[in-house]
Amino acid sequence: MSARVLVGVKRVIDYAVKIRVKPDRTGVVTDGVKHSMNPFCEIAVEEAVKLKEKKLVKEVVAVSCGPQQVQETIRTALAMGADRGIHVEVSGKDYETLGPLQVSKILAALAKKEQADLIILGKQAIDDDCNQTGQMTAALLDWPQRSPEDGTFASEVNIEADKLKVVREIDGGLETIKINLPAVVTADLRLNTPRYATLPNIMKAKKKKIANVKPADLGVDVSSRLEVLKVDEPPQRQAGVKVETVHDLVGKLKEAGRI
Amino acid sequence: MGIFQRFARIPLKSTYIWSLCRQYSTDLTAVDRALIQHRNPGAAPPRLPFSRVTQEDLAFFRTLLPGRTITDPDLLKSSNVDWLKTVEGNSEVLLRPKTTEEVSQILRYCNERNLAVCPQGGNTGLVGGSVPVFDEIILSTSLMKQVITFDNISGILTCQAGCVLENLSNYLEERDFIMPLDLGAKGSCHIGGNVSTNAGGLRLLRYGSLRGTVLGLEVVLADGRILNCLATLRKDNTGYDLKQLFIGSEGTLGVITAVSILCPRKPKAVNVAFLGCSSFQQLLETFQCCRGMLGEILSAFEFLDASCMSLLEKHLKLTNPITESPFYIVIETAGSNATHDEEKLHKFLEEVMTSSLVTDGTVATEATKIKALWSLRERVTEALTHEGYTYKYDISLPVEKIYDLVQDMRGHLGDMAKNVVGYGHVGDGNLHLNITSPSKDPALLAAIEPYVYEWTSKWKGSISAEHGLGLKKRNYIYYSKPSEAVALMGSIKAMLDPKGILNPYKTLPDNIH
Repeated sequence: MSARVLVGVKRVIDYAVKIRVKPDRTGVVTDGVKHSMNPFCEIAVEEAVKLKEKKLVKEVVAVSCGPQQVQETIRTALAMGADRGIHVEVSGKDYETLGPLQVSKILAALAKKEQADLIILGKQAIDDDCNQTGQMTAALLDWPQRSPEDGTFASEVNIEADKLKVVREIDGGLETIKINLPAVVTADLRLNTPRYATLPNIMKAKKKKIANVKPADLGVDVSSRLEVLKVDEPPQRQAGVKVETVHDLVGKLKEAGRI
Repeated sequence: MGIFQRFARIPLKSTYIWSLCRQYSTDLTAVDRALIQHRNPGAAPPRLPFSRVTQEDLAFFRTLLPGRTITDPDLLKSSNVDWLKTVEGNSEVLLRPKTTEEVSQILRYCNERNLAVCPQGGNTGLVGGSVPVFDEIILSTSLMKQVITFDNISGILTCQAGCVLENLSNYLEERDFIMPLDLGAKGSCHIGGNVSTNAGGLRLLRYGSLRGTVLGLEVVLADGRILNCLATLRKDNTGYDLKQLFIGSEGTLGVITAVSILCPRKPKAVNVAFLGCSSFQQLLETFQCCRGMLGEILSAFEFLDASCMSLLEKHLKLTNPITESPFYIVIETAGSNATHDEEKLHKFLEEVMTSSLVTDGTVATEATKIKALWSLRERVTEALTHEGYTYKYDISLPVEKIYDLVQDMRGHLGDMAKNVVGYGHVGDGNLHLNITSPSKDPALLAAIEPYVYEWTSKWKGSISAEHGLGLKKRNYIYYSKPSEAVALMGSIKAMLDPKGILNPYKTLPDNIH
């Protein structure tokens, strides 16, 4: 199989970090805050590497858009088993306003340039929760798009002849879908468990290549059509009130005008 | 009675006499006395003649602590049993004071009435020291959970003894500091209990023991006197350092009600590496290499063996992130500059991989992954509880000898034991040796003890590195301390608690009376 897989990986604020809104309310604090690969993207990388181990694809290329620091994220993908990386340089104001539309344009352009047969992306990013990039990329390329759904049994993604075979768990049992390649697949949480990058692979990853590309080289305009007006913390959760008897409960509900 | 007649009473297979002869020939009679009196030195002695709780006593407590005097047997059950479910008391009263003044009044009253008291924090102790043996009144610190002050220049935290360690950690982390100690029980243990047992934990390698980080204590003595040594000074050489008496005294010299502790800054960059080694010798060499190349950023060096890993996989469904190895190491680095630390760590990892000291490994820099790797070490205790009854030994030994004890025990016990595992703070020379059997087995216990203590004593180790003596190990104190020292401990106890009401039957051997 000579298939080439493109995997998008996004650098986001680490899942365990407590998010703080910037005092000027234009965004969240990112300086000095721990970042890591989006968990859904990790699952995408894992799926791509598994396909390579099954010898269904020949090459896995990890792509990320952003400033210098995203190279770290690409290196992590390389340590998990990707063959090479592409760093699409976007920084400063452009990076702050970079969203699914621009990223999907970039991915579409890269897919054509690299002659990718399959794009695997995370279903959504944990910072914006958009869940749009996969669908938009597929639309731009006019490729089919599928999300192998989560399930307690690992659903399978396989390549047979020129088709992508996806087995997914649904309410009534298992559903097998065959879709034409090239295609876009978005990975949901329970598709697989990402491997730990082991030391020998981390060492090897240091020698793998990461190419630098600018959006302009791909003919993509990264200016945003969206403007963020304000970012606020969610309203503080008010403490509940404990009551001793049902009588009190009814009284309180009446007071609050609920009954 | 002649010395030969004494020998005749001692089981012949015990070789401890000969080894002890060499070291403590004058102490032979002390050990002799302590151990021979008890066929089972770890079990409870007969009840001492304390008073029993009367209705009048209850009335006094209920007036002093309205709504906080518990007598309901269902509510008392969990405070009467230790975390390991190996010792159970019969207390009928649980008191929950909120202030030092209340603790003082309770103790003054109990001292006058000759009522025994068992101070209790998070009840996570592993030597049966935190629960009553008979009907001692349980004095719980669970409602004394206020932070009193925190100075973010000096990093000195003052708080009540009932603050849960994890809550203090969270409080400090918001202010860019951390607690100087960390242990698996952090979600439940109280800082007062930690100090009373001089808890060690995972960060001791980097920040030292509580004896260095605790700056002051407020203690209530047996007769109700409040000893306020709650200084918040880094340096204070004025007279005898009384707080050192109470640190590690396991609640037998006084009840700690407040602590002031020096807290380090929260490190900006924390990395955890999980490595596999094929022999203990290589593990030790990795440690030396680590010390040299990571030096000042090293904050923890822990190990576990292959048996531990299989228990984690079997009972807790955790996955081994690397290939199976006889030994696993958890290394944590904590520093102020992520790039510097990663560079040091990667150089170290490259070195140990290319020199084959380490066969495989993985590194984590993100909080979620770090937690996952640490849980492989922190949850071994939990995994063991699923195997039946666990015999726990917390031993300090010269670092090269640590695993020899595990292998020796395996050979010595053969089929009698289901599991013999070793893990622990190898960086501090502290082994946690655990042996399991499907249920409590006296024959197995007899094979383990005193063999394990004699072995430890032979290499001049400690029979309790950090867990303390509590109920279970009180009579074994002579394996690690000479009798003059123990006698002096008894004098101090008699001076501070003449009626012996504070946590009786614990820490000091029975023959001290």
